[in-house]
Amino acid sequence: MKFRALAPSLIAAALTVSSYAQAGLAYISNEKDDTLSVLDLNTWQVIDTIDVGERPRGIILSKDGSKLYICASDSDTVQVMDLATRKIIANLPSGADPEQFSLHPDDRKLYISNEDDALVTVVDTQTHEVLAQIEVGVEPEGMAVSPDGKWAVNTSETTNMLHWIDTETHELVDNTLVDQRPRHVEFREDGQLLWASSEIGGTVSVVDVPSRQIIKKLNFEIKGIHPDKIQPVGVKLSADGKYAFVALGPANHVAVVDTKSYEVVDYLLVGRRVWHMEFTPDNQYLLTTNGISGDVSVINVADLKVERSIKVGRYPWGVVTTP
Amino acid sequence: MLKTTRHLAFAGLMLAPIAATATPLTMEIGYIGEIVDAGPVLSNIIPEPEDAGLQGARLAITDSNTTGRFLKHHYQLHEVQSSDSQALREEALALYQQGVRAFVLNTSATTLAGLREALPLDALLINAGSRSDKLRTEQCLPELLHTIPSRAMLADALAQWLMMRRWNRWMLVRSNTEEDSAFAAAINRAAHRFGGRIVEEKAWSFDTDLRRTAQKELPPFTTGEEYDVVIVADERGDVGEFLPYNTGLPRPVVGTQGMMPVGWHKMIEAWGAAQLHSRFEQQAERWMNEKDYASWAAVRTIAEAVTRTNATDKPTLQNYILSDQFELAAFKGRKLNFRNWSGQLRQPIALVHPRALVSSSPQEGFLHPKTDLDTLGFDAPESRCQVAE
Repeated sequence: MKFRALAPSLIAAALTVSSYAQAGLAYISNEKDDTLSVLDLNTWQVIDTIDVGERPRGIILSKDGSKLYICASDSDTVQVMDLATRKIIANLPSGADPEQFSLHPDDRKLYISNEDDALVTVVDTQTHEVLAQIEVGVEPEGMAVSPDGKWAVNTSETTNMLHWIDTETHELVDNTLVDQRPRHVEFREDGQLLWASSEIGGTVSVVDVPSRQIIKKLNFEIKGIHPDKIQPVGVKLSADGKYAFVALGPANHVAVVDTKSYEVVDYLLVGRRVWHMEFTPDNQYLLTTNGISGDVSVINVADLKVERSIKVGRYPWGVVTTP
Repeated sequence: MLKTTRHLAFAGLMLAPIAATATPLTMEIGYIGEIVDAGPVLSNIIPEPEDAGLQGARLAITDSNTTGRFLKHHYQLHEVQSSDSQALREEALALYQQGVRAFVLNTSATTLAGLREALPLDALLINAGSRSDKLRTEQCLPELLHTIPSRAMLADALAQWLMMRRWNRWMLVRSNTEEDSAFAAAINRAAHRFGGRIVEEKAWSFDTDLRRTAQKELPPFTTGEEYDVVIVADERGDVGEFLPYNTGLPRPVVGTQGMMPVGWHKMIEAWGAAQLHSRFEQQAERWMNEKDYASWAAVRTIAEAVTRTNATDKPTLQNYILSDQFELAAFKGRKLNFRNWSGQLRQPIALVHPRALVSSSPQEGFLHPKTDLDTLGFDAPESRCQVAE
């Protein structure tokens, strides 16, 4: 009797474990649920919900995709999850209130924004040692490391600057003043341009990396939506280099910008308070996290249509995808 | 799918290179705080902290110095606090003579007028203490800016919400200070503007200790015509604190107590406000209130202008502050700027009760040709003031 009762659950467990390694998953951090939602990219179903630390916000994959780093802001740590077992295997010393971070191309140095302390903490993901702490502006938020690994750029929301950190010396070497409340930075694949969103300013600055000067500033306008509600946060550049997608927060739209002409090609209606985005591994779809509606919108990149939305947890914040 | 227009503009003019070559400069700011004796109240209410305002100014200096470090800009605060209006005037003038050209004033309207008279016009003055509507409509002290919301803004924010709820029959209970009459007047004006009806206005003047008798005295006092809410105008909290749950009809209490329209409150936590609270609480070891926020916003306004103009003189700063380019990110979910008639900082007003945020005004549907924020308070045609073209 005992054997018969056990058997199905064992089989189920085995199935679940093997399915972890299967193709096409998205992980979404739910800021007000302290969980991650796991989304199957073939069936568009949420197949698992995992408990993590308090107030999970920024999430990022190791270069081989085997580990997930999670900013558990209110637990004051960066958690490391083994994606094969979905277990937390380590807590990194992140400094207080980690919000966003970026992994160096060397797969070791993790650059973390400590929002409450006006610091960027650099942690070695292998030794778990803090390599450096760099003083930046008030409320550091966005973080990006250049593709060549030379620069780590941090945005500070109240200081309104991009801080340029030399990754060899870990010194802050330059600052670029941008519009109010910079939230997110994204390097172009060749590392020559940097896109920076300003949430309250309502603009996106395109910065020339060698000179660290703004070369274009983009404004957005959607009929029927008050300009103050157009608040750019997340920025993603398509793999073919054609488009920049800009999440416009409480305007509930994603702007599609032609990266050559810098013109807005379209505004796509998604869920409420859209913040961060990620492409599926095949680059066919773009997923957006919609905080207030608690869902993820799926944008078909080829024809720029919103195809579906999927309910996840409360206040979805970050998203990553694995093949 | 929603059809939208496709439009994008380049702001080519704003691309001036900044930062790397900035010249070192020091911006000195005077903080003038009047410790106001609210007078005796019958009950032992919780008093406002004596450093309300000052702590906000201090935090903004720290914030601005963190920013300034990267530009070689330094900010220094000169703090003056006193209950003696004359002493404040002398101290402010002494600071002016030492070269201070920017002042954050957290005082009564009367003291404020004295300070404006004493300080020459090449001193930038920001009112972070007085909610007086007169200052913004008739008195029009020369070139004065205001970061604290006026009573009219608070009353309008409340009235819009009441109309949105369709609670349009109001009983107005007023305590007996000049400020309470001013807030009651603002409520009357809001009723007229938004279609509320004041079914009865009552002045409270009982000389009893309400801790013992509220249950007995207040229900009959608030019984009469049918109403949807009791609006209380009692800034000191002499009677207002005791009104909730003691009304004649089972109705909510709003106004200076109960659900309150406020410029700032602990319960505002969205748009990064949680971070501002946590910095403030670490510094001051208490919650940040409306006075703290107004002084914080005043110093940040000055610092934002210094950051963008690389200047410290009043004409450059004030021109920039009153220009279209000025924008202040101040944890209220949208950029803030100043009205060029009254010099008032436009801002959303939160509606809170002690443990939660209820709403934020302007409410949806209250429209204005320029910005919905101007549905709160006195609009250009209703004010005689003109701080800039």
